[in-house]
This record gives sequence, C-alpha cells and structure tokens, in this order.
Amino acid sequence: MDASASALSVRDVTKTFHTPEGGLVHALDSVSLDIAEGSFMVLLGPSGCGKTTLLRCIAGLESPDSGQIALRGQRIDDMPVWRRRVNTVFQSYALFPHMTVAQNIAFGLQMDKVPGDIIKVKVEESLDMVHLSGLGSRKPSQLSGGQQQRVALARALAKEPEVLLLDEPLSALDLKLRRGMQSELKRLQRETSITFVLVTHDQDEAMAMGDQVAVFNAGRIVQVGEPREVYLRPRSRFVADFIGEANVLTGVLDTFGLVVESLGLVPRDRLIADTDAASGRVHVAVRPENVSLQIDPVGTAKVTDVSYVGGDMRVEALASAVSIVSRVPSQGVQPPRIGDRVSISFAEGSLTVVAD
Amino acid sequence: MKAPWSATARQRRQAGQGSWWSGLPGVVYLIALVLLPLILIFIYSFLSRAKLGVGVKWQFTLTPYTELLYSESLSGGRSFDPTYLQIIANSFWYAIITSVVCLALSIPIAMWLATRPPERRTALVFAVTIPFWTSLLIRTYSFIIILNDNGPINGFLKGIGIIDEPIAMLYTPFATVVGLVYTFLPFMILPIYASAERFDFRLAEAAYDLGAAKWTVLRRVVLPSIRPGIIAGMVLVFIPALGSYLAPELLGGGKTSMIANVIAAQFGASRNWPFGAALSVLLLVITLLVLVVFAVVAKRASRAAGRGGWEALI
Repeated sequence: MDASASALSVRDVTKTFHTPEGGLVHALDSVSLDIAEGSFMVLLGPSGCGKTTLLRCIAGLESPDSGQIALRGQRIDDMPVWRRRVNTVFQSYALFPHMTVAQNIAFGLQMDKVPGDIIKVKVEESLDMVHLSGLGSRKPSQLSGGQQQRVALARALAKEPEVLLLDEPLSALDLKLRRGMQSELKRLQRETSITFVLVTHDQDEAMAMGDQVAVFNAGRIVQVGEPREVYLRPRSRFVADFIGEANVLTGVLDTFGLVVESLGLVPRDRLIADTDAASGRVHVAVRPENVSLQIDPVGTAKVTDVSYVGGDMRVEALASAVSIVSRVPSQGVQPPRIGDRVSISFAEGSLTVVAD
Repeated sequence: MKAPWSATARQRRQAGQGSWWSGLPGVVYLIALVLLPLILIFIYSFLSRAKLGVGVKWQFTLTPYTELLYSESLSGGRSFDPTYLQIIANSFWYAIITSVVCLALSIPIAMWLATRPPERRTALVFAVTIPFWTSLLIRTYSFIIILNDNGPINGFLKGIGIIDEPIAMLYTPFATVVGLVYTFLPFMILPIYASAERFDFRLAEAAYDLGAAKWTVLRRVVLPSIRPGIIAGMVLVFIPALGSYLAPELLGGGKTSMIANVIAAQFGASRNWPFGAALSVLLLVITLLVLVVFAVVAKRASRAAGRGGWEALI
C-alpha cells in the first residue's frame, strides 16, 4: 500500500523498556503497519506483545526509540501529544471525576478553542450519538460502567479526530454488554467514517470487529489481513494457535501429498492450492471444523474426549503420539464414545503450511 | 431510655465495637487538659488585674476587652489605640505568607513524591518527617546560626564575591517567615501528598490526549483532584502559624511581634494576666472563624467536585 494514501503509517518503530532487574525488553521491534483511511484496524495479541505500546506511540504518550509515524502523510512522531489529531478511548475510561459528563466531553473542544455555543451543540450531538442524551449533568461516578464507556467514546469522538485509538475499551464490560458495544462501535465507525484502531487480546472481538487484523507477538507484527484470511490461512504456528483452535501437524511434503507421522498420507488436494512453494519437512495447520472423524473399527485413532460447545460436538482423538481435535455440528451425527476407534479425514483445501 | 450497660445494649453491641467506658481516658484527658484550661482563661479574661500583676483579682470587669481597642492615659481619659489590631493584622499577614509559600513549595514536592516508584516513596515520605525528630526550639535556634551575619549563607555569598557586607537577615521579618515556612512545610506536604498519591495519572494522560498542554492539565485536572489535600494543608499550616510564638520571638528578634508573643508578654513581663487571657480568647475566636471559613470553602469545593469534601479531610 502507498504510505501517503493511508490514514496512518507506521515505519520501523522500535521501543525498548528497561526492566527493574536491569534487562531490556523489546516492546516493539521494528514494527511497520499501514492503516487505510476509514477502516477499522484491530491490533490483536497476547498481553505484553507490544500492541498497547504501539497505540501509545501513535497517541504520543510513549515516544519510540526509532522509526516514523505519519498521519495522512505528515510525520507526527516528534509532535507533542496535545497537537496530534488523534484521540484515545482509554481502557480505564479516564473520565475526569470532578467534571460532569457534559464538561468531560466539552474539555477537548475547549482545548481547540471552539466557541462556547458550538461546544454546547456538539456536546448534545455527541451524547445523542452514544444514546446518552439527558445525562449530561451527571457525574461519571453516577453512571454504570457501560455508560462511562460511552462517555469516553463520545469525549474522544467529539474532537473529530483523524484516527480514533481504542485501548481494550470493552475489557471491563460483561460479556453481554460487550457484544452490544461491539456492534455499536462498528456502527459508529461506519457512520463517522473515522479510522478506528482498536487494541484487544480477545480474538473473537478482533474477528467480529476488524476490517483488518494485525496479529502481534513478542513486539512484532506476525500477520496482517482480513479476519477470514487470518483465520483460514494463518502464516505461522503462533497465529494458528492464538486465533481459534488449530491442529498443527508435522509431516513431509512432496508432489503426492503430505506424509504425517502415524496418520499416513494426506492427499495433495487437502492442502490449500498455492502451498507448492514448500516442500520437505513442514508444519501444517487445520481448523477442527475441517477435520471429520468416522467410526471405523480399524481406524488409526482412538477417541479420548467428547464434549459439546454451543451447538457443536468437539471430539479429541489420539493417533499414537498425535492428538487431533474435530468439531462438527452435533445435530444428526452419531456421537462417538470415548475409546471408539475412528478414521480421520480432512476437508478439501483446508490444510495450510505454517512457519514454526 | 435504657442504661447503656443493660443486657439488651450489651447484646446489640457488634463485633469490634468497644464498650462505652473505653473512651473514658480520652474524655478525662480532654476535660482536664483542654476544656478546664480554656474555661479558666475565659473566666480570667473578665477579672481585674492583681495588685502585683501576678494572678488575678476576683472582681468582674470588661477592662481587658476594652484594652484591646483603647488605651487609658494616666489622667483616666480613653483614646483609640490600634496597636493590638495592628498586631493581629500582622499575625494574619505572616500566616497568609507562610501558607502561600508552603503551598507553592508543597505542590511540586508532593507531586514529585507521588510519582516516585512505590518502594522509594515510603522512604522519601519518611524523610519529610525527619524534622519532627528534634525539638522545634533547637531547630529554630539553628536558623540563628544559619541566618546571622557570619553564618554560612553570608559566608558563601561573600566567598563567591557577590556581596562585600553581610546581608542582615536575622531579626528581620524575612527571618520570621523563613522560620515559619520551615516549621510548617511538612504539614502542607503530607496532606497534599496523600491526595496526590491517590491521583490517577491516567487522567493526566487523557487530558494531554484531548489537547491540553502542561499548565492546563495541572490547572484543570491535577489541582481539582488534589484540592482536598490543599485545603487540609492550608488548615494545618494557617491556624498554627497564626498563633506562632517561637519563630517571631527567636528569629524576628521580638521586633516582628505576633499575637502569641504579646500574650506571652502579658503573662510574663507585662504582668497583666486578664489582658493576656482576653487576647487568648480573641485568638481562639479568630481561629474558630478561620476554621468556619475553610469549612465553607471546602464544602463548596466538594459540592463542585461531587465527592470527597470536608468529611474526607478530617
């Protein structure tokens, strides 16, 4: 992607921290990322992977050791926080407790020297947008967690930033509220067409919300792509394991197919078509829903566990040393029992070669 | 009403609740050492001067109070005398300067303390209390050594050639203020620190993020959040500073009298116990009025802040 066409472009950003023990931690290790104008980008990764550090570098709350950050083609990495046209929704909401909801929202506009009567109108609009009209005179402490979250959102959006940064904004909400807020955030993003960058460690949330997902591990971005693409074609073992559930098998790949130890030959057409570049000893990942187990008295594997997850049946089987997980809709299927012998087959084009 | 020691009352008592007589030592202490002396002073202030000036003559009079405003000439004529009003104004002036200087010094110190790593904070707060380990008298005397014409400050300034003649610092109003600020600084730092420690620095980040520059963040987010500590500190500094005795006596050289010095003189050299008592009652009334003012300010601040408040300070 052309860097000048993107809303936000991050180039080779590195940030190290000193640990109290005197060691060095690479929070960000030469990270580059382009975020398209008006898109919803999710930074996903386990805790301590650097995703929040990148967000703070973009906001200006942290300064990178090296690298560049540009907002619509203009460098912002040496600009003080208060000059950057980006705003953040903090994980803790960080609402000013001594101000009312309306004063909280007005604060950012006052900093921009917006005239008072316009501020009044904008505050009302912002409250309306997050369905909190009429609560402007309340104190944050008089609101529920979900309402505080909305105020934080309204406060940041009122400034009409070029990019809105969201730091695990939903992690403090309970599951049901979180689902509601996810679609709410999607709606706000579509309506305002502001570029959203959201940090989360919850892969379901990332999949549900992002136009693009950037997966972080140990200070690096290991894969960027649309949620579906990242899910179905993980490029590394880490991504395969971190997003959803995956079976990672080791085998030897040649023109006929993949020979997996204790499973035998897996035909070539079970692999995703363009993996021909790889050959020799490889790791492949396959999602449980693409694995089927048939009860077969002479099958290679033995069922070790059967459970129900939602409407799905999840079956674990062991073929000598290799453990395989299968997940199929439970309706109309004769459930296997623990100890049953089964044969394993994979759906066409479902195996993808991953880096170790 | 049932007696507090009846069976039902005993049963109603909750775990961790002491019985009524466990507060007795405190009550006895307060009556014997605070209330009784106050009553005594109050009574003395309406009595006549003893013949030799020591003690009082048990005869009712309002003379001690008229003496506050009028002086009596030998011929018996009365004329308005602003001497004591001037001293009260002086005391207020010193107490205000002391509080303001302490406040200006304490906010950055307290913020600095609150932003240190938690394991170092304890040691640093402990360091703030080091002056309390030695008697105030000795510490005040030490400023005579520091501030005098041949002291280290004048020595240093002469040494680097800024001055030829020593700057007269000791026995000036300046010395009094230095002594007062030194004495009361910890009483301002500690409550402000207690508030600052609880301050959520993520709020400052949010303010920066919303476009506020440094001073705006301090004024609009940090200061309102530590206001309870500031008000508590002002009470703890202003009121004792108003009744200070040592610093003006030892460092001001008696030239910069505050009300406490005049009271001491009435019970001592001037031998006018009723007048000393009347001045004491006046100081007490002024102190109470100041407390009421602070309480009103705190209440308004807390109403504006929607939390904390006067109750949180005490």
